[in-house]
Amino acid sequence: MSAHHSRSQFQRHFRRDEAHVPFSIDGIAYSGRRGDTVLVAIMSATDRLRLSEFTAEPRAGFCLIGACQDCFVTLACGRRVRACTTPLEAQMAFVTRERGNE
Amino acid sequence: MIRRFSADVAIVGGGLVGSSAALALRKAGLSVILMDKGFCGAQASGVNYGGVRRQGRSVAQLPLSQRAHQIWPRLKELIGIDGEYQRSGHLKLARKPEDFARLEQYAETVKPFGLNLELFTGAMAKTRFPWLSGNVAGASFCPDDGQANPRLVSPAFAKAARDAGAIVLEQTAVHAAVRTSDGFALQAGTDCEITCHFLINSAGAWANKIATDFDEPAPLSRIYPSMVVTEPLALRLPVSLGEEGGGFYCRQVQRGNYIMGGGRGYALIDPDFSRPSTAAALAVMKRATTLFPHLAGAHVIRFWSGTEGQLPDNNPVIGRSGTTPGLFHAFGFCGAGFQVAPAVGAILCDLVTSGETATPIAAFSIERFHNMPPQHNKKKGTHNEMVE
Amino acid sequence: MNDTLPPVIVGAGPAGICAAKTLVAAGLRPIVIDEGFRAGGQIYRRPFVDDGRSATDLYGSEAAKATRLHREFDGLLPSIDYMPQALVWNIAGNELHLMADGKHHQIGFQNLILSTGATDRILPFPGWTLPGVYTLGAAQTALKVQGCTIGRNVVFLGSGPLLYLVAWQYVKAGGNVAAVLDTAPFSAKLNLLSAFRFDPRLVLIGMSYAARLVSRGVKIRYNVRPTRVDGSQYVEGLSFKSGTKVHSIACDAIAYGFALRPETQLADLSGCTFRFDDRDRTWLPVTDEAGRTSSQGVYLAGDGSGIAGADAAEISGELAALALIQDSGTTVDPGRMSALVKARRRKAGLRDILEKAFPFPDNWFDQIPGYTKLCRCEEVTVSTVIDTINGGELRELNRLKALSRSGMGRCQGRMCSAAMAEVLSATQHLKLADIGRLRAQAPVKPLPLLLQEGGS
Ligand SMILES: Cc1cc2nc3c(=O)[nH]c(=O)nc-3n(C[C@H](O)[C@H](O)[C@H](O)COP(=O)(O)OP(=O)(O)OC[C@H]3O[C@@H](n4cnc5c(N)ncnc54)[C@H](O)[C@@H]3O)c2cc1C
Ligand SMILES: Cc1cc2nc3c(=O)[nH]c(=O)nc-3n(C[C@H](O)[C@H](O)[C@H](O)COP(=O)(O)OP(=O)(O)OC[C@H]3O[C@@H](n4cnc5c(N)ncnc54)[C@H](O)[C@@H]3O)c2cc1C
Ligand code: FES
Repeated sequence: MSAHHSRSQFQRHFRRDEAHVPFSIDGIAYSGRRGDTVLVAIMSATDRLRLSEFTAEPRAGFCLIGACQDCFVTLACGRRVRACTTPLEAQMAFVTRERGNE
Repeated sequence: MIRRFSADVAIVGGGLVGSSAALALRKAGLSVILMDKGFCGAQASGVNYGGVRRQGRSVAQLPLSQRAHQIWPRLKELIGIDGEYQRSGHLKLARKPEDFARLEQYAETVKPFGLNLELFTGAMAKTRFPWLSGNVAGASFCPDDGQANPRLVSPAFAKAARDAGAIVLEQTAVHAAVRTSDGFALQAGTDCEITCHFLINSAGAWANKIATDFDEPAPLSRIYPSMVVTEPLALRLPVSLGEEGGGFYCRQVQRGNYIMGGGRGYALIDPDFSRPSTAAALAVMKRATTLFPHLAGAHVIRFWSGTEGQLPDNNPVIGRSGTTPGLFHAFGFCGAGFQVAPAVGAILCDLVTSGETATPIAAFSIERFHNMPPQHNKKKGTHNEMVE
Repeated sequence: MNDTLPPVIVGAGPAGICAAKTLVAAGLRPIVIDEGFRAGGQIYRRPFVDDGRSATDLYGSEAAKATRLHREFDGLLPSIDYMPQALVWNIAGNELHLMADGKHHQIGFQNLILSTGATDRILPFPGWTLPGVYTLGAAQTALKVQGCTIGRNVVFLGSGPLLYLVAWQYVKAGGNVAAVLDTAPFSAKLNLLSAFRFDPRLVLIGMSYAARLVSRGVKIRYNVRPTRVDGSQYVEGLSFKSGTKVHSIACDAIAYGFALRPETQLADLSGCTFRFDDRDRTWLPVTDEAGRTSSQGVYLAGDGSGIAGADAAEISGELAALALIQDSGTTVDPGRMSALVKARRRKAGLRDILEKAFPFPDNWFDQIPGYTKLCRCEEVTVSTVIDTINGGELRELNRLKALSRSGMGRCQGRMCSAAMAEVLSATQHLKLADIGRLRAQAPVKPLPLLLQEGGS
């Protein structure tokens, strides 16, 4: 995935004024809010989490409760996290490549 | 109502051994009935690690293994799929200098068989295989060994046998087999009676039942190798790799998952089902992260295990019965029967059709266990056997 | 010293909380393990951080219960050993294997209550993997826990009580609901009338959602079958059939699901016997009315033993704890137990009716094209699965998994196993009960390769 989508999928209705938490995707800066999961932070900023492994179609999680395992994302350090159950931390740097933690 | 079948050959056990025998025998023109108590290729043959390797085998097994080596590239023609077979190369790693000394000695011993092993000292190994890290004292590489997908290969042999005209009865356990005047009579499933001229016992870890029924029990025990698979990851590991001593082996499939094994699982109350052990899986995971630092962020998604027959001298039983004419055994592959199985099927066909085979199998005779003291039956597989 | 091992509860939803409360009242000190950040389970899940919403904002008609359970659990904290954010990923004999803080731990147990709850039951249709398509539970979780809606203009699709509930919660929070598309015919809803005698409050509340949605101008359609999600990179709309006509509706998100399926992997790993349940179209662990299983010392409570809802989960949590106490040799009030058993039966009666009011769309695959992805992890299509079934004359679900890869991915079949079973049974004209069930395998959820040794 290279092109970044400024279209945000999720809409915030609460916590809009919470402290901003900076993070980046492929070097582009975004900000989430205190109390965001990684998934909500990314999906409130863009419209996808990753590309699927075998057909490279966009994916954005599905269940939000840690069941479908569709929402794994990769950090620049190589660590992979399940976005819907991982709290956002300041300066998290996500990288989106086609597969896993290359 | 009783269902009656008769065939030239009845085969008990539809693993890769029984299924490849069924296919070979059908091609030789004999009528065949193949029975499995569960589904063909669902036991060891379908759940193993998928290593298709000659390197590391005992000298006794090498002619058999070389014969199998000729069959693997022909899968497409034989069973309609290539089974993801690839000659990726097999890399044997030595953790300690004394392990490397053993690899060097092995390479010397098997030179006449033409495995073309390449030896590397630690530093050279890391230059040649740059994705490798951690403590590696040296390595031995067999470029033409490889890997395949057991889930696909083994059931496909059974299907090919059926397509070639074999009668395949799944969920049909053979309960009893007796010698008759002109062959054998079998009872199987809830309602099957089978008569045949020849009987093949390829019942894997369960094969001792029939061997015992014909008065030649073998000291067969069970092992449950423990396996781990990761999520799909970028392609990086081009070879199948195993550590001397058998504590760790690993390959990456084309879809990106790393399959790794080491250590043993355990049987459930129903000993036909086994579980991987957490201690073994964690040890394997730890070793993987030291050998491949690029996996540090990855996840494992599933553990599993399978049931395999083990014999005390780490060699299988292959050949004619010592007590009963017309009966042939092929079982107890000690964690390494996947690669050789297609050749074992071919040999069983030789034996049935002509009474002999060009491949040396004397070392595998069941008669080596005749008159063995019974306590040997209890010997358990140790951690050191090489599964892959 | 086995007899000194504390009882262990896995899952801190309504079932687990009530079980813990009952054990503590009997003088025991249970270990309570839950994957979540805060106790409450799915229905009473709490936001990550306080965002100013009241309990009524968050839990609507169930606010009082939510507040009570949260308070009760917080009050229990000094009397229990609570392990939040801890995943139990395996049961081996009398040992739990879990991951907490990225480390591996093992806990021996003698008595164990599994109250692992449920997840959405899903059927695939073209486009269901696109960004913007979420489960009904996900749509609710986004709002409840994070204060977000999954899009600007959301279609709610499927069957089950959550369909109307979550749509209403979206409207109430200021979200825009494009439509509610119910896969069941309107006539199915008439069954609710007979549920009145079991729980009039719940039936009234339930029926009021549809009325309130309509009063806010939300269009509700019945007897709908989706044909595809429109859009190639994200949701741009939904095409669906209603009667013989194909319609399209613009939207940027879709929330869908078909009620729930129980999380039974741990019960399976602990060796419990299972039975096929015709109503829920799935295999459930066999229990007696108090939650005892076929495995010695293992008890089940809540939706993880069969979907029955949050109130029933509270009842069954208490029952399982009482059974555990009784089996350990302490007398319990027999009147209390039989009252709970009766109450539980009433809830089960209600559940039977809800299933008729929100039926499973059993002809789903008559209209699903072959190119639809059935398994979203391994990206296996419906036609690949059907070809695999036909090619191998397959009749068993684990074989289908082995040969097609469907169900082999990260989610361990949670999202596709219901659909796989439907396809296999339809293709081979076999009853669902006769095709087996996917065996649970550890780890029940992915584990980091770098899992370090923690302790016992
Ligand atoms: C986890 C694991 C990893 C392994 N890794 C490798 C590897 O990488 N490379 C390698 O070369 N080898 C490996 N092996 C070993 C290899 O899988 C086996 O040696 C080989 O598959 C044996 O084939 P088989 O046909 O004898 O046995 P099986 O595949 O076990 O087949 C025996 C069949 O007999 C059936 N049966 C038993 N009793 C009866 C009865 N009474 N009536 C009817 N049917 C009956 C069973 O249901 C079974 O299907 C591994 C084994 C395991 C378990
Ligand atoms: C997303 C979602 C939303 C729902 N919303 C509503 C609603 O609004 N109204 C309604 O009436 N019903 C709702 N339901 C149904 C509701 O969940 C149940 O009726 C009720 O919560 C069941 O309670 P329980 O205690 O059985 O399980 P749950 O409340 O689901 O609790 C189970 C707990 O176990 C934990 N757990 C599971 N497996 C493990 C493991 N391996 N290791 C550690 N912890 C584990 C989970 O994290 C969870 O906290 C919802 C269901 C879902 C899935
Ligand atoms: S969205 Fe399903 S696990 Fe994260």
